[in-house]
Amino acid sequence: MAEQKEFRVALHDIGIRRKPSGQIGVIGNPNSGKSTLFNRLTGLKQSTGNFPGVTVEKHTGVVQLASSAVELVDLPGIYCLGGHSADERIAVDFLLGRVSGMEAPNCLLFVLDATHLYQGMFLLEQLRDLDIPIIVALTMTDMAKLNGIAIELSKLQKHLSQLSICPVLATTGEGMAELKLLLDKASELPDPSRPESWPELSAIAATISEQSEGNLHRIEAVQGLLHPHSEYAERLKNWLSAEDINKYSQQLFNGQVPQAVEARVRYRWVGQLMQEVVTSAPVISQYGARFRRWINRPWPATAGFFALMLLVFQAVFTWATPLMDAIDNLASSLGTGVVTVLGEGMVSSFLADGAIAGVGSVIIFLPQILILFLFIILLEDTGYLARAAFLMDRVMRSVGLSGQSVIPMLSSFACAVPAIMATRVIPNRRDRIATILAAPFMTCSARLPIYALLIAAFVPASSIGWFNLQGLVLFGLYLLGIAGGLVTALLLKSTALRGPKPSFVLALPEFRKPNLQTVAFKLLDRARVFLKRAGTVIFSVAVIVWFLAYFPRADYETRIISEQQTSGQNTAEIANTENSLAAEQLSQSWLGRMGRWVEPAFIPLGWDWRVSSAVIAGFPAREVVVAVMGTLYSVGSEADEASLSEKLRAAAWPDGRLIFTLPMVLGLLVFYAWCLQCAATVATIRRETNSWRWPIFAWCYMTALGYTGALLIFQIGSRI
Amino acid sequence: MTLADMKPGQKGRIHSVDASKAAVVRLMVLGLVEDVQVQIENIAIGGDPIEISVYGSSVSLRRQDARLFEVSLDETNG
Repeated sequence: MAEQKEFRVALHDIGIRRKPSGQIGVIGNPNSGKSTLFNRLTGLKQSTGNFPGVTVEKHTGVVQLASSAVELVDLPGIYCLGGHSADERIAVDFLLGRVSGMEAPNCLLFVLDATHLYQGMFLLEQLRDLDIPIIVALTMTDMAKLNGIAIELSKLQKHLSQLSICPVLATTGEGMAELKLLLDKASELPDPSRPESWPELSAIAATISEQSEGNLHRIEAVQGLLHPHSEYAERLKNWLSAEDINKYSQQLFNGQVPQAVEARVRYRWVGQLMQEVVTSAPVISQYGARFRRWINRPWPATAGFFALMLLVFQAVFTWATPLMDAIDNLASSLGTGVVTVLGEGMVSSFLADGAIAGVGSVIIFLPQILILFLFIILLEDTGYLARAAFLMDRVMRSVGLSGQSVIPMLSSFACAVPAIMATRVIPNRRDRIATILAAPFMTCSARLPIYALLIAAFVPASSIGWFNLQGLVLFGLYLLGIAGGLVTALLLKSTALRGPKPSFVLALPEFRKPNLQTVAFKLLDRARVFLKRAGTVIFSVAVIVWFLAYFPRADYETRIISEQQTSGQNTAEIANTENSLAAEQLSQSWLGRMGRWVEPAFIPLGWDWRVSSAVIAGFPAREVVVAVMGTLYSVGSEADEASLSEKLRAAAWPDGRLIFTLPMVLGLLVFYAWCLQCAATVATIRRETNSWRWPIFAWCYMTALGYTGALLIFQIGSRI
Repeated sequence: MTLADMKPGQKGRIHSVDASKAAVVRLMVLGLVEDVQVQIENIAIGGDPIEISVYGSSVSLRRQDARLFEVSLDETNG
C-alpha cells in the first residue's frame, strides 16, 4: 500500500487575494528605477489615473504580501519637495493626506538610486520630517558597480537610523523577497529619526508644530518656512504671528533665498556623507564607460539624434506594412462576406459600409501607431529624451525657447495631450504657453492614418538610394509640422510672449537599458486606448455618417432592375451603371446635401463635397476623417472589393476629371499637418493655460494656416 | 573664473554662487552648491548648453547661468 504523503504549502504560495489594508507611497528621483520597481511589485494589478483636481498622472497597484496586501501609489519622480511644479506640490499634499478623496499613506517606499546617491539623499533628508515609516529601496547597485562606485551599507544605515534599507535589483528581482517582507510589516516599523542634515530647521519646525497644538505637521512647517508664497506658508499664518515667522526666517535664512540656503546646508551634509559611505571601486568595463562617454560627445550625439529620427520614420512605414495588409484584407473580406451572407440591403450596407469600412479603415493603422509609440516609450525609458533636449537646446534658442521645450515636442509626435501636460516642467509661463501652442503642430499618431493613406495611394513605392520614397515624403510632412511649430513659437516669443532669455536647467540621466515589462505595459495601454477610441468615438461617427449617407433612399434599386431588363447590357456596364446610380443616391442623401452646401468653401482647395465633409467631421478627432472617407467611398460604390486607396485614386468629378490630383493631395496633406483637429487638445490647452483665450487662438490660427497652405499649394500647383 | 570659462574635461570646485536668479536656485537644488567638485562633461555644438557632472550626476545649464557660479580649477588639470 502506498504511503500517504502530507503536503504542506506555505501560506504565501496559495493564491489568496487579499483586499489592500493600507496605502504606501512610492517616491524618488526621476529615472531612479521607481517605475520598474513599482511594476515589479504590482505586476498587472495596477491602474492609471489622475490625482484628483490636477492632471498629474497617478499609478496605483496592489501588491500581495505574505500576511497582508497593500496598495502602492506611484508618485511622480521629483528632486525636491514643494517646489514650483505641480509634481512637487502634489507629493507633499499626498504625503499629508491633503489630496481630496485619498487617505494619507501609512508608509513610504523611497527609491534611492545608488548611482545618484547625492541627489537622492537630498530628497530623502527632506522626507525625514514626516512621521510615517520610510523603507529605502537601494536600486541600481549593479550599475554603480559598473561605474566603479561601492556603497558601505552599514555606514549609510548609521546615518539613516530607524529607516530600513533594502538593496534591490528590480531588473533581476534580487532583494525583492526581503523588500516584500519589509512592506508586510510596514505598520510595525518605527517612524524616521529627524534629518541630520539641518537640525535647526527641524527643531524650529517642531516648535511650530507644538505651538499649533499638533495641527501643523513638522513637514508642513518646514514647507511653509521654505516656500513663503505657498499655501503652506498661508497655513503657517493661522497659528503664528508675522513677527514669529519673520524671526524664524531670519534665524534660518538670514535674508537669503530659503531654498538656496536649504540646498547649501543639506548638500554640505550629503557631501560629507558621500565621502564617508562611498568608496571608489575599479571601473569594471573601461571600454563600456569610454563608449558611453563617446556617444555623448557633441558631434556623435547630434549625428546619432538625426539618424535615430530617420530610423523611426522608416520603421513606421516599412515594418508595419505586412500587418497592415493583413488587417486590410481581413476588413474587406469581412465586408464582402457580410454582403454575400445577408444579400444587399440596408442591414448589410450598415454593417459593411458603416461599421466595418469605417472602423476598419482606422484600425488598419494600429501597427504603425504601436511602432511609433514603441519608439517614443523607448526614448523615454532609456533616458534619451533629456539627452535630445540637451542636443536641441541650441535650435530652440533660435526661436526663443529652451531645450526644455524639446521633451514635450518629441512626445507630441505620439499625442499632443500628454505633451501639453509635460510642458509643466517649463518654469517660465511665457515659454510654457509658446511651447503649448507649438506642440499641436508636431505630427501626432492620429495624423498618421491620413498621411499613410494618402501617401500609400499617391506616392510611388520606389526607392531613392537607401530610402523609400514614401518614407521620405512622410519625413517631409513631419518636418513641415516641426517648421510650423517652431515658426509659431518664434512669432509668439517675439510678439505677445516676449520675455527674457530662458534658462535650461535639466538633470541628464545616463542611458538605461529599457525594462521590457515597463515598455510592454505602456505599449499595451496605448493599444487599449486606441482600440477603445476606435470602438466608441470612431464607431459612432462612422454610424452617423453612414446613416446620413444612406438616407433618404432614392428609388434606385428598382431602377437598376428595370434598366437591366430593358437593355441587355454586359456585366461591366451593369457595374458602371450601378456605380453611377450609387453616386447619385449618395449625392441626394442628407450628407450629400450638407456636403454640397459647404462645398463652395473648399472648391478653391480642389476638394469635392465628400472630402470636405470628411474633413469637417474630423474636427473633433482627426482620425475620424479616414473612417468617414472609408464609409463615404464604400456607400458611394456598390459592387466592390477595392481598398480605400484604390477608390480614392478612381474618385472623379462629374465631368470625369480626377479629384485626387497631385496638387490637391499635397494641399490636403499640408492642411492636415497644420490644422488643429482635436477636441482633446483644445480642452487640454484650456485646462493648462486656465483660459479660453489660448485654445481659441490656437484653433483659429491653425485652421487658417492649414486652409491657406492648402489653398496656395492647390492653386499654384494646378497652374504649373 | 566662472563655470562658463571651463573647458570640456576640466575639473573645478565651486566657491561661490549668486543665488539671485530662480534658475540658479534650481541648479542648487540639483546639487550645484559651494565646495563641491564639478567636471565639464560636454559642451553642445555652438558652445551652449553645458553639461556638467557633480558626484556622477549630470546636469545641463546655459552659459548665461554658468557665469553665476565662481569656480577654481583643480590643480591636477592646470
